[in-house]
Amino acid sequence: MEVRKYREIVVPGEEVDLQGLNPGFGLYADKGKFYSIYLGVKTVRGPYMNIVPLSGKYIPKKDDKVIGKIIDIAPTHWVVDINAPYFAPLHVNDVPWKVEFGDTAKYLNIGDTILAKVSNVNEVKQVWITMKEPGLRKLEGGQIIKISPTKVARVIGKKGSMINLIKESTQCRIYVGQNGVIWIHGAPENIMLAIKAIRLIEREAHTWGLTDKVRSLLSGEGD
Amino acid sequence: MEKPEDIKLIDENGLRIDGRRFDQLRPIRMEVGVLSRADGSAYVEWGGNKILVGVYGPREMYPKHMQNPTRAVVRARYNMAAFSVDERKRPGPDRRSIELSKVISEALSNVVFTEYFPRASIDVFIEVLQADAGTRVAGITAASLALADAGIPMKDLVVGCAAGKIEGHVVLDLCKEEDNYGEADLPVAVLPRTKEIVLLQMDGHMTVEEIDQAMDMIMKSVDYIYELQKEALRRRYVRYAEEIEEGE
Amino acid sequence: MKMGSKLAEDVVSEIRKDYIMNLLSSGRRADGRDFEEYRKIDVVVNFAKRAEGSALVRLGETQVLVGVKMDIGEPFADTPNQGVMTTNVELVPIASPTFEPGPPNEEAIEIARVVDRGIRESKAIDLEKLCIEEGEKVWIVFIDIHVLNYDGNLIDASALGAMIALKNTIVPGSKFGYEDFPLPVNHDPVAVTVAKVGKTLLVDPCLEEENLAEARLTVTTDENGDIRAMQKGLSGSLTYDEVKKVINMSQRIGKEIREKYILSGD
Repeated sequence: MEVRKYREIVVPGEEVDLQGLNPGFGLYADKGKFYSIYLGVKTVRGPYMNIVPLSGKYIPKKDDKVIGKIIDIAPTHWVVDINAPYFAPLHVNDVPWKVEFGDTAKYLNIGDTILAKVSNVNEVKQVWITMKEPGLRKLEGGQIIKISPTKVARVIGKKGSMINLIKESTQCRIYVGQNGVIWIHGAPENIMLAIKAIRLIEREAHTWGLTDKVRSLLSGEGD
Repeated sequence: MEKPEDIKLIDENGLRIDGRRFDQLRPIRMEVGVLSRADGSAYVEWGGNKILVGVYGPREMYPKHMQNPTRAVVRARYNMAAFSVDERKRPGPDRRSIELSKVISEALSNVVFTEYFPRASIDVFIEVLQADAGTRVAGITAASLALADAGIPMKDLVVGCAAGKIEGHVVLDLCKEEDNYGEADLPVAVLPRTKEIVLLQMDGHMTVEEIDQAMDMIMKSVDYIYELQKEALRRRYVRYAEEIEEGE
Repeated sequence: MKMGSKLAEDVVSEIRKDYIMNLLSSGRRADGRDFEEYRKIDVVVNFAKRAEGSALVRLGETQVLVGVKMDIGEPFADTPNQGVMTTNVELVPIASPTFEPGPPNEEAIEIARVVDRGIRESKAIDLEKLCIEEGEKVWIVFIDIHVLNYDGNLIDASALGAMIALKNTIVPGSKFGYEDFPLPVNHDPVAVTVAKVGKTLLVDPCLEEENLAEARLTVTTDENGDIRAMQKGLSGSLTYDEVKKVINMSQRIGKEIREKYILSGD
């Protein structure tokens, strides 16, 4: 008989018993008591009691790797949609090519997909991204899907175990952006299988026995 | 509206035309996460009301000149479908919808931590699909669910509830006939934790004592409606087992 | 005044803000008034000669001109033996650097509906006496509020102007082959608006107090002190205790306003 441990879901404004821990993310204080800011789950990380939101847009963090879409071009920068509340500018100084003034469209065009890194976020939530690092590049071919950013950790798995399982079973190259955008490249049927597996994880991120379900889906047994 | 002679809002047993007691709410049903495109959504049935709310945001705000450089702007749009009422309502915002949109936006702005998202907008679309009096309080109750569903940071949920006066008696949660033929309507929205009032309107004829009675009935219902909201939000996510440790 | 848009004029400087808050904590307002004191009120009756009735109201520096026009038209289907009344507010650009030309925005609509509510719910106008032919012909009362200078508290100024204009309105029967007669006004609703600035409740907020207010409550009472309409504004919250205080103030101060400006004739 498995011992199932459930995490408690709290709603905004609900009082949270810190259980002797320090108040972490997702809590506010009022007259010595603590309350949740989000619809989320009580999670203990080290000495902190955090509330991890169950949903919500991607909130950019420095050093996150993200997959974005070019949505606008100007002479010295591009505007990139990174699935966050704000668009991110990508300046010509932050790409690996030497771009002359006005030549921006020659390198990246509207609709192009890029793998980039969040280089900075300031206090008023303005975001800067860069492609000036090994591995960052324009992505071509394959397919793009979006999942809720809150499910990214689950799709990647502990030490990458879940995403590696999918990669190996489908022989696809897969990149999971911290912003919930996923790029998959491989043979068409394999891409479809990978997407099925990812959607399964997204749907059932909260249930028991998920790894087995994914394994059986990938090997063609269950569905 | 003038009441036709033959309509009695309260019968010999002191029951209302739908059989309720003076302090009874109509049946309420709530569902969270019902639309796939919106960032958050909720559906509420309250008496004969059917109200659907979708939230988009936080997102870049247009027109740009309406942006607030230090916080997000919460914009609620209350809209009634043409078929939601007995006599077809011409589509598009009328003056009543604009007023309701305003007071609802103000109420929701109170609970959202807008400083987390400067320059952004949080758009709340309240669609009344079927109306049976009390649409604004049902709408705001659903809107707070949709905001939570969208992962918007808030200090509390918002509970809407109305009371009124019919045939000289203060009653809770007017239905359509009571609203049409009654003597007063008092819609209110409250933060369940602190009981602070974030929306308050009244029209009709009431004494201060009657307002006291009405507010008392409303406050007593707030806890119940709040429990329904919490249950609907939890139900959306069912169980949440141990995350990374499971089976890895 | 618009939510979300912060024009230069809407931003209150930190210095002025601190000054006002400090004064409040020592029991004073920047313009020297008591917390429950209205600004100086001036009324000019029948200012707009082409209207059937009108009133120019000055509430401090806020100025509104209310004109009542009447016409004959069809009644609403559900009230075939009653006249029709309708209220509109125009926030014309002349009144404030923050007002833009165009159809009424949400602020204008809210003011109009709150003013209308007080008059309608108190049955101030005897609409049944405005029926000419049941189901066919009734008098229509147009209440048009033209804001000329915005320095806070448009609701109270407009509501007061509307009631005085109505009480001085002559129904222009002779234009249509009937007789002229005074518009039948049987009740005297008064709207009193209170702003919550910090923890203080201030009656008749001036513009600067409005810009600093976190919440606002308008309560309209009739001559018996009964409540006919209430409207909470802005995104701050109120406790029920505060609501009760405001209702109380409205009953008391509303009575004074009524006696001084509405009942006295003009």
